[in-house]
Amino acid sequence: MKPIETKQEYSNYVDQKSPNSPILKNCFNAFWVGGLICTIGQIIMDFCKFKGLDETASSTIVSIVLIAISAILTGLNVFNKIGKFAGAGSLIPITGFANSIVSPAIEYKSEGYVMGVGGKMFTVAGPVLVFGISASVIVGIIALLFM
Amino acid sequence: MERLGAQTIKLQNPPTIVEVASIVGPKEGQGPLAKYFDQCLEDEFWGEKTWEKAESKIIKETVNSVITKSGVPADQIDYCFAGDLLNQCISSSFGLRELNIPFFGVFGACSTFVESLCLGSIFVDAKAARNVLCATSSHFCSAEKQFRFPLELGNQRPPTSQWTVTGSGAAVVGENGSGPYITMVTPGKIVDMGIKDANNMGAAMAPAAVDTLITHFRDTGRKPSYYDMIITGDLGYVGKEIVCELTETKGYNIKNNYEDCGVLIFDKEKQDTHSGGSGCACIGVTFSGYFFKQLKDKKLNRILLVATGALTNATTSQQGESIPGIAHAVAIETSIN
Repeated sequence: MKPIETKQEYSNYVDQKSPNSPILKNCFNAFWVGGLICTIGQIIMDFCKFKGLDETASSTIVSIVLIAISAILTGLNVFNKIGKFAGAGSLIPITGFANSIVSPAIEYKSEGYVMGVGGKMFTVAGPVLVFGISASVIVGIIALLFM
Repeated sequence: MERLGAQTIKLQNPPTIVEVASIVGPKEGQGPLAKYFDQCLEDEFWGEKTWEKAESKIIKETVNSVITKSGVPADQIDYCFAGDLLNQCISSSFGLRELNIPFFGVFGACSTFVESLCLGSIFVDAKAARNVLCATSSHFCSAEKQFRFPLELGNQRPPTSQWTVTGSGAAVVGENGSGPYITMVTPGKIVDMGIKDANNMGAAMAPAAVDTLITHFRDTGRKPSYYDMIITGDLGYVGKEIVCELTETKGYNIKNNYEDCGVLIFDKEKQDTHSGGSGCACIGVTFSGYFFKQLKDKKLNRILLVATGALTNATTSQQGESIPGIAHAVAIETSIN
């Protein structure tokens, strides 16, 4: 091996030395766990409709139930294990959003309810909210103008 | 003392490491080195309300333990050198605020333990102190909170990431004793080879370790084979391999007698620690727990202890800065020739 002198050479060398994430395995686990979560959501939805609720009320109940389950599992120190296994599979559905709000709330409780829980609750979910809401506003304006 | 070459200091009256102590968390207590530690905790909080308080308690109890074990009266310990990873080194300063010994807060990230040994042994050699106390701590949960994400967040860690060791290591270094002796001190330079990935600290710190190792060999005229073991702090599997290969390109072969505490402290497969252990306590507890006993039993007689640190924080990472590394070395020998 030749001596490494420059940062670029070192960067290339480190890339080659560093093991990559097992992408295929991660994708597979994300796919079936994500699919399972969505299927559970669909079952709740169909059940609500079966009980006579309309489309909007049913989808609201799906969100509420999934958020509640993920929040409870986060509090029980279970969700992080699912997340470690499933990655994007549990992160992308609404379950991941709930987890990203509950986990800092638990972590920063030691700094008090106002500056800790209140102030830090959205440290992880904040960007999702900001850009999610911004994007929906832009899309809304476009829809208003052209449709 | 005498300066050798560019960076090394040869101690004329090599101080003795009188005694050491180590307390570790539950995960370390399930690792391959568990039986060597003084105490393995059953939970990370240790009866405290916050991770920060728990870490302070760990370093406090470790320091109390080393003072008791050493038999050196507390009023004969003249200075304390300690540091940790939390902002403003609060684990050390809060944990040791009732110690009543003049205190130097030391920050070298994960190189703090050896940095403290460097400074402490120079103080003793210079007769500025009869005995000094060197200590460090880190805590997985407080480190994750400060540097990464909340613990309960369901995310994945890349294979190059490392697991911060929960625990504390402390040593009493004194002018009187029959070894192991600190004979040489090689403080390291800050080396930044442009690595920006905060999940690959081993690669970020490895060039600093190589620089300090090569400098030590050149300054002292010693070959790697002079040492029974060359030990780095927390480079993990990725960083260890890089150090092996890069030192070889510079003409030094350390493959046969080189270990890394980050590799030793956890069982990679069973404990899911990816590239290995990290944190100030990684070398702190592995030296205090394992290697010190090897020296005492004369299974090892000459070691070069090289602690590595990544001098970064969460803000600089978000600002896209690269990670400067540092490595400090001390040579520890059971006899003085």
